[in-house]
Amino acid sequence: MNISETVKVSKDILILGIESSCDETAASVVRNGREVLSNIISSQIDIHTLYGGVVPEIASRKHMERIDQVVMKAIADAGVTMEDIDAIAVTYGPGLVGALLVGVSYAKSYAWALDKPLVGVHHIEGHICANYIENPDLKPPFMCLVVSGGHTHLVRVKDYGDYEILGRTRDDAAGEAFDKVARVIGLGYPGGPKIDKVSYEGDPAAIDFPRAKIADNEYDFSFSGLKSAVLNYLNSLSMKGENYDQADVAASFQQAVVDVLTGHSMAAIKEYGTDSFAIAGGVASNSHLREAMKKACDELGVKFYMPSPIFCTDNAAMIAVAGYHEYMAGNTADWNLNAVPALKLGER
Amino acid sequence: MILGIDSSGLTASVAILDEDNDIVTAQYTVNLKKTHSETLLPMIDEIFRLTGMVKKEISTVAVAAGPGSFTGLRIGGAAAKGIASALGIPVAAVPTVDGLAYNCYGFGGYVCPLMDARRQQTYTGIYEFVAESGSMNNISYSMNAILPQCAIGIEELIQRLNDAGDSDTEVMLLGDGVPVFKEIIDRNLILPHCYAPAHMNRQSAAAIARLGAIYVKRGQTVSAASFAPEYLRQSQAEREALEK
Repeated sequence: MNISETVKVSKDILILGIESSCDETAASVVRNGREVLSNIISSQIDIHTLYGGVVPEIASRKHMERIDQVVMKAIADAGVTMEDIDAIAVTYGPGLVGALLVGVSYAKSYAWALDKPLVGVHHIEGHICANYIENPDLKPPFMCLVVSGGHTHLVRVKDYGDYEILGRTRDDAAGEAFDKVARVIGLGYPGGPKIDKVSYEGDPAAIDFPRAKIADNEYDFSFSGLKSAVLNYLNSLSMKGENYDQADVAASFQQAVVDVLTGHSMAAIKEYGTDSFAIAGGVASNSHLREAMKKACDELGVKFYMPSPIFCTDNAAMIAVAGYHEYMAGNTADWNLNAVPALKLGER
Repeated sequence: MILGIDSSGLTASVAILDEDNDIVTAQYTVNLKKTHSETLLPMIDEIFRLTGMVKKEISTVAVAAGPGSFTGLRIGGAAAKGIASALGIPVAAVPTVDGLAYNCYGFGGYVCPLMDARRQQTYTGIYEFVAESGSMNNISYSMNAILPQCAIGIEELIQRLNDAGDSDTEVMLLGDGVPVFKEIIDRNLILPHCYAPAHMNRQSAAAIARLGAIYVKRGQTVSAASFAPEYLRQSQAEREALEK
């Protein structure tokens, strides 16, 4: 029995997680890195929909207005008091700098006032850790695909807090491509859920959109070419005076994304001989992607994990879980912790 | 004990005010182009460590609530919220320009803080100190805003000053807008004027805390949850949406 296990059995560890990297203000209390006692998410999506995407200054202002209520509700709903909390974990990157700063500044001063340890958490690490919440049997090592509006990472999780990035996007994140394509075919923002839904009425084989391969790293992704192919397809039809089928375009575009994500993931699983695979991030709530990944893993005899949709999109439970592992590893932050908008996974 | 915080501009300033004895127990002010996010909380921590003051004895957090740098306001504001919420105490939201003007307490003419608001504007206001009570040997002043804090063009401000005062009303100007607007002020302001010297010409958390003490007496504090900065300006996206 190692030291951290001794601590775990002798006393419950409660982590308060705070997340404000984009357009969700969130706070959560998690026990022992697995059990979610509360999970409060205040979404700003209605406001940003008016502008067709997230407006950083508006997001920052909304975080300021809501952060205290969200944290107070997370503590109250967990049925604990502030004194019971062992450490406060906060997302400090990557993300929108102004948005991150609200969570970081608040979390720091809150921890300072109560003499509690502070833990800085990487947002992507949080997404990966979301898988621990509902899957008690999942432990490193495993392969993980993180797909969201800002990130597309294929990650080898070697141990808690030990990551190797095998591939990342060279241009647009997968979720960004969903948003852009949804906009040009008139579905609006946010693109992911809308394309997911309308695709059930379309033919995924109707249009053969490209599946990009990157020459010098087979695990890297590129979605800007796919986005251009959709635009070109729409333009060519409009020049001929023909209409396009919205559901067919959505389904065919989505299939191209799903094929690339699945193909890269399975290739990495084969190369590294991993027996477990997990998906994470907002795009991981896409029903077609979940189904395709499950099928591909079943064919390879690999165990497949995915968080419930509520833990795929930005939330603070995942930050508390990641913070728990950092805290147990002794990785606490100083009062000069800053927001790092382009923070790399594995960096401190 | 009131904790004062001002990170509205380039200056980062924190102070502990003993309001019962009207003494600034400690003040830590830095005027360097460094990230407030990295410096502000270590500065607060430092003054508590040095003085041995107990955090739990803070009764109110007074914060420069705006206008100012949007990011700076949020760093200071979120810090104030976090401390106030953790300790279960209120926030005194002090207008930034009021805080600047209070540096010149007792000045006989107009006090006019200037903050560079970019886009050819300044965050400013016009203040006077009115003798309130006491004998000839013990006067106390209340600060009265002739022009409450606002974002206006420098020409408009000079016009307002010229219209407001008699030809012998003196004006004291201060703030980080002075180097930006000094030339145009000297050319167009007809009232006699001077510029506040170094020890009183920038944001001061002691001034914010001292004004905060007045807010506490008047019962004008807010909860940590309801506190929000006063930006005096909409975001660019909102402005553009309105212009359409």
